[in-house]
Amino acid sequence: MAWYIFPLNNLLCMLLGISFTVWFTLLLVFIIVPAIFGVSFGIRRLYMKTLLKIFEWATLRMERGAKERNHPLYKPYSNGIIAKEPTSLEEEIQEVRRSASPRELGSGGAAEFDVSDIFCFCRRGVESIVDDEVTKRFSAEELEFWNLLTRSSCHFQHLSLRLTVLWGLGVFIRYGFLLPLRVTLAFTGVGLLVVLTTVVGFLPSGRLKNALSEKIHLMCYRICARALTAIITYHDSENKPKNGGICVANHTSPIDVIILASDGCYAMVGQVHGGLMGIIQRAMVKACPHIWFERSEVKDRHLVAKRLSDHVEDRTKLPILIFPEGTCINNTSVMMFKKGSFEIGSTVYPVAIKYDPRFGDAFWNSSKFGMVAYLLRMMSSWAIVCSVWYLPPMQREDGEDAVQFANRVKAAIARKGGLVDLLWDGGLKRGKVKDVFKEEQQKLYSKTLVGNHEDRGRS
Amino acid sequence: QTYLFQYTFAVTPAHIKRLYKRFQALDKGNKGYLSPQDFGSVKELATNPIGDRIIGAFFSQGQETVDFHSFVRILAHFRPLDKNRAKRPDSPEPINSRISKLRFAFQLYDQDNDGKISRDELLQVLRTMLEMQVTEEQLESIADRTIQEADLDGDNAISFDEFRKSLEKVNIEHKMSSRFLH
Repeated sequence: MAWYIFPLNNLLCMLLGISFTVWFTLLLVFIIVPAIFGVSFGIRRLYMKTLLKIFEWATLRMERGAKERNHPLYKPYSNGIIAKEPTSLEEEIQEVRRSASPRELGSGGAAEFDVSDIFCFCRRGVESIVDDEVTKRFSAEELEFWNLLTRSSCHFQHLSLRLTVLWGLGVFIRYGFLLPLRVTLAFTGVGLLVVLTTVVGFLPSGRLKNALSEKIHLMCYRICARALTAIITYHDSENKPKNGGICVANHTSPIDVIILASDGCYAMVGQVHGGLMGIIQRAMVKACPHIWFERSEVKDRHLVAKRLSDHVEDRTKLPILIFPEGTCINNTSVMMFKKGSFEIGSTVYPVAIKYDPRFGDAFWNSSKFGMVAYLLRMMSSWAIVCSVWYLPPMQREDGEDAVQFANRVKAAIARKGGLVDLLWDGGLKRGKVKDVFKEEQQKLYSKTLVGNHEDRGRS
Repeated sequence: QTYLFQYTFAVTPAHIKRLYKRFQALDKGNKGYLSPQDFGSVKELATNPIGDRIIGAFFSQGQETVDFHSFVRILAHFRPLDKNRAKRPDSPEPINSRISKLRFAFQLYDQDNDGKISRDELLQVLRTMLEMQVTEEQLESIADRTIQEADLDGDNAISFDEFRKSLEKVNIEHKMSSRFLH
């Protein structure tokens, strides 16, 4: 029986060798070379269209299956789960009082204080326990239909054999084929970045160095973008940030950096890290100036502002990329912008980034996943599809302070990206509400009372 | 299943799932129950002047944790009235009836649970709702006037019956009800 095995072994080795070669050639031709030149074969878009068709079929199938079995499907609602009164607190209180004592209306206004006033506050309080605007921004957005990933379905049941088989096939493709491919690409991209930027660092400063560094950064970021199967659509590229400006964007995940840097060169701002990140940071700085802060320097706002404004004044340096929200939000809304970057006084180039959650949720819930777990999740989703809009540059107008300017930019970004514009601070993810907001409510209520008090006095 | 519906805020199983998801989102650290700090993380509640008292309503009888069952039970006070319920003489008072809603609101005032809203307790509520917007004298005069209007038996405090009578004409059902969007 032994003589059977030898030819089999040889055959196996040959097959393996051939498949590896084919694999790497394909990788090179279809992914790395286009990344270098910034062109695309359109394979990813075709992939996206096919996936969409499959998702639609899967959702219909699921709904049909659920109806047949009389199982109500769990349908998420992004507009809130309870009907909230559209009237303001003031109006509500007046309404309640009027219904209680209509005769008092003639004698100069409603009564001073009524024990029923507490009802309005009470109901609003309980409603906010059930559903509030802010807390839900810090967890992943819910999809309206299923995209064959169990992580986004809250109600995956075995409804039909075909559906389960499809899901199983999806798992096999994603983990068996796409994930190894992507991990290989990621390592390639990062490795090339570190090596090539170090090499370029040896050149003397000048136009050649800058041009080379630009090309290298773009190429490596594009490879990384392909490592995530990121399908990005850039709109309004004529507004791309120029040297001496600051680029601000809404923040959903660390991937935002890769997405933006695949299309233009930016100077990054951030804290110095240790480990792999630190190696990458040090290598990048050799090729072109980025701004990395030591942990201790971050607290010193003047120092930060000074370094940023120094960088901005030097026209040969690249535009700075900043995420003013300060934390990752789940891409359904834009939260308060920190005013630091708006105080510097240079031109601000706003950018809106909107992810399409159907193919993979890019939001990094840092309280649930660490960085590595998050990256693995990203690499095992179908794709990361997003749209980037470059908005026209804005400058601080006379008589506008930094906070107003920041809010103006935020509103523009929210409008363009189709996101909800919230006044709340993203820092609320971890911190407490400031008492200032509570005082606002108290002021409002007292106006209702004291205002009537004056009416009574007059009549 | 019917037991659950009768005593809960939810009307369908989908509602219960919704509330459970919310419960889980509020439950930092996946403990399986809620503590007062978990409620404190709801930002809109923190700006509500009586936010602390509402949180207290969930932790009655000296408990320190709220499980999902109790969570939904307390919320059940805010379910809209079922107009079509046939009144059976021996059935217990439904948790979302007018009386129950009134009792819920009464307990927000009556923090020491002695069945009466004393002048002090009323002052405390007024203070949290108005804080620094009015003077102490104004607060006291408001409190005195309110007790005068509602107190019928002259004990300078508002009992539950007096509370109920003074709110006879108010449309409690609407103001203390919240319904699910569909």
